[in-house]
Amino acid sequence: MDRKNKDFSGASKNDLDFLQDNQNFYDFKNADDYEYKIKKGLSKEIVEEISKRKNEPDWLLQIRLKALETYFKLDLPQWGPDLSELDMDNISTYVKPKTESKSSWEDVPEDIKNTFTKLGIPKAEHQYLAGVGAQYDSEVVYHSIKEDMLKRGVIYTDIDTAVKEYPELVKEYFSKCVPLSEHKFISLHYAVFSGGSFVYVPKGVKLEMPLQSYFRLNSPESGQFEHTLIIVDEGASLHFIEGCSAPKYSKVNLHAGCVELFVKDNAEMKFSTIENWSKNMLNLNTKKAIVGNNAKLDWVSGSFGSKISMLYPMSILQGDNSSTEYVGISFAGSGQNLDTGFKVLHIGKNTTSNVVSKSISKSGGVATYRSIVNILPSAINAKCSVNCDGLMLDSISKSDTIPVNKIACNDITFSHEAKVGKISEEAIYYLMTRGLTEQDAKAVIVRGFASPISKSFPLEYAVEMNRLIDLELEEAKND
Amino acid sequence: MKQLLSIKNLFVNVEDKEILKGLNFEVNAGETHVIMGPNGAGKSSLMNAIFGNPKYQKTNGQIVFNDVDITNAKPDEIAKLGVFMSFQNPVSVEGISVFNFIKTAKSKLTNSPINYFDLKDEIDKYVLQLDMREELSKRDLNVGFSGGEKKKAEILQMLCLNPKLAILDETDSGLDVDAIKVVSKGVEMFKNDQNAVLIITHSSRILEHLKVDKVHILLNGKIVKTGDASLVDFVEKNGYAGFEGEN
Repeated sequence: MDRKNKDFSGASKNDLDFLQDNQNFYDFKNADDYEYKIKKGLSKEIVEEISKRKNEPDWLLQIRLKALETYFKLDLPQWGPDLSELDMDNISTYVKPKTESKSSWEDVPEDIKNTFTKLGIPKAEHQYLAGVGAQYDSEVVYHSIKEDMLKRGVIYTDIDTAVKEYPELVKEYFSKCVPLSEHKFISLHYAVFSGGSFVYVPKGVKLEMPLQSYFRLNSPESGQFEHTLIIVDEGASLHFIEGCSAPKYSKVNLHAGCVELFVKDNAEMKFSTIENWSKNMLNLNTKKAIVGNNAKLDWVSGSFGSKISMLYPMSILQGDNSSTEYVGISFAGSGQNLDTGFKVLHIGKNTTSNVVSKSISKSGGVATYRSIVNILPSAINAKCSVNCDGLMLDSISKSDTIPVNKIACNDITFSHEAKVGKISEEAIYYLMTRGLTEQDAKAVIVRGFASPISKSFPLEYAVEMNRLIDLELEEAKND
Repeated sequence: MKQLLSIKNLFVNVEDKEILKGLNFEVNAGETHVIMGPNGAGKSSLMNAIFGNPKYQKTNGQIVFNDVDITNAKPDEIAKLGVFMSFQNPVSVEGISVFNFIKTAKSKLTNSPINYFDLKDEIDKYVLQLDMREELSKRDLNVGFSGGEKKKAEILQMLCLNPKLAILDETDSGLDVDAIKVVSKGVEMFKNDQNAVLIITHSSRILEHLKVDKVHILLNGKIVKTGDASLVDFVEKNGYAGFEGEN
């Protein structure tokens, strides 16, 4: 055996053969069986048709039409990953599954129910969630909240229902956090949005258990544009968990969702995401939060799938003494370009932001951390700390950090640390001398690297995250 | 006595520079061996070469462990045959505790699941005997450990993983009194007539408390002299200059 030119980073296929279970857990598909799938492309007629089918009020239709107009006017971003392969003429923006939204799994059609059962949703609901929403393609197929949550006045429903049942509340907040024209894909989102969750937690109500919405895109050559709108009223607290996945198709799918969060004075919220889109997905998602006085918002984000991701959750620290934390990890394998990061705007006095970002790249994958920290003159005594690490598992992968810091206030504390490096061969060797295979050794190192992030997830999700890391490492075999 | 390790005519290059130049020696079960030599003699190259570190290219020769040719084996395969190496400066790995790491390693080495409580009892016992701080086994592997704590963690691993041959890299610990105590205590606890220890050092201090069967002098990539424990005294008095002629 010639070992002369072999190093640990160039694992041969044989080295990885012991891994039997290389079936991607998330990659199972149902027949493209729908009640209605709108024709491909984007036009005024299509937007009007979606609105009509939803029997929407006129104000919402007007928002859609205005957004469509803006979409056509705006250019593609002049930075970040190349999006030229996205052709809206080949994307169907609305696919209605063969069911209405149900509040009992028994009533959900078999194939769709099986999908969510495989993903572990009903089990998680039973064990540790206060409520669950499940979206399949363009519509929510299941929504349920525990009785005592209802009694405490918590609203957790799909957005279409909210528009009908709580019109004033929706109208007051909808598109007030993320404006229609912020960028091209948010305009697209507002033009064709469908599905997503609406949450209202009344003043002083603290939810001990999380709510979770799961978004599954099954239909090929289609897009998912869910809109999640959450209001955590004064002194309330909520942990919201979002999960997403899709089976893999040969042609591009698109996800352009939007999350708007309003965290009122003295309220606390945590928004966690575990995303494992299939590797034909363009994930161009927008998330933003407005944080009130003495309020706190934490983002926890695990980005594993997709072909291209552009995702930069933003916290607007409007209130005095408000704080935010972003803890995120992305894992870019072969053919993936994950451009993720965080934006924060410090407006209020004594505002605090903390960022811990980790990215892993492997088999030619590209992982970029991109951020904007903006501290306004009003943000006296603001504190911001950014810490980002990139880990490359071989020499053909890329990892980069692109921070932008705009600081217009003198009286602040700011620190930024960025490290990018290749996985340590010395560490792999050390672990191998204790009997771990090269693959096991890498898994231990990568899990350890990711541990500050996985610790931020509830235990069950930390386990899922480690499984996703293992899956990503195993996939070297199929590359 | 059962032969455990046999190295024959070993030539090793590091970055195309020849470091080991035809090295021979053998270790039998029940024995404690010492390899001594000045800095740059090839001591760490020898250890790394035995353990299949890919940076050390073997250009000639053969290494056999317990009747298996391991010349071209990978580190994990060698570990599974029952070889352990204590590092002078082990790397830190965040996110895995010493306890969980030992549990993982033990289950890989034995190819069977490890009972948590059995392992806990075992580790608690060694922690006490090695005078370790109890919380050390709960901390991330070597992260923020002092030199002494790293040494203890390595010896703890050796005791728990219970190899047939333990290679101890003590190239730097010649002057550290605490390190010397930990190593001698660990070896004393570990040693029996079925296993063997190979200590690599350039100083004789470490050997004061150990019963040594054989001493090999490594100079310029070769074993130039093999003898009993009295060789240590010779080195103590005369340094390595006295062996130059034997090369």
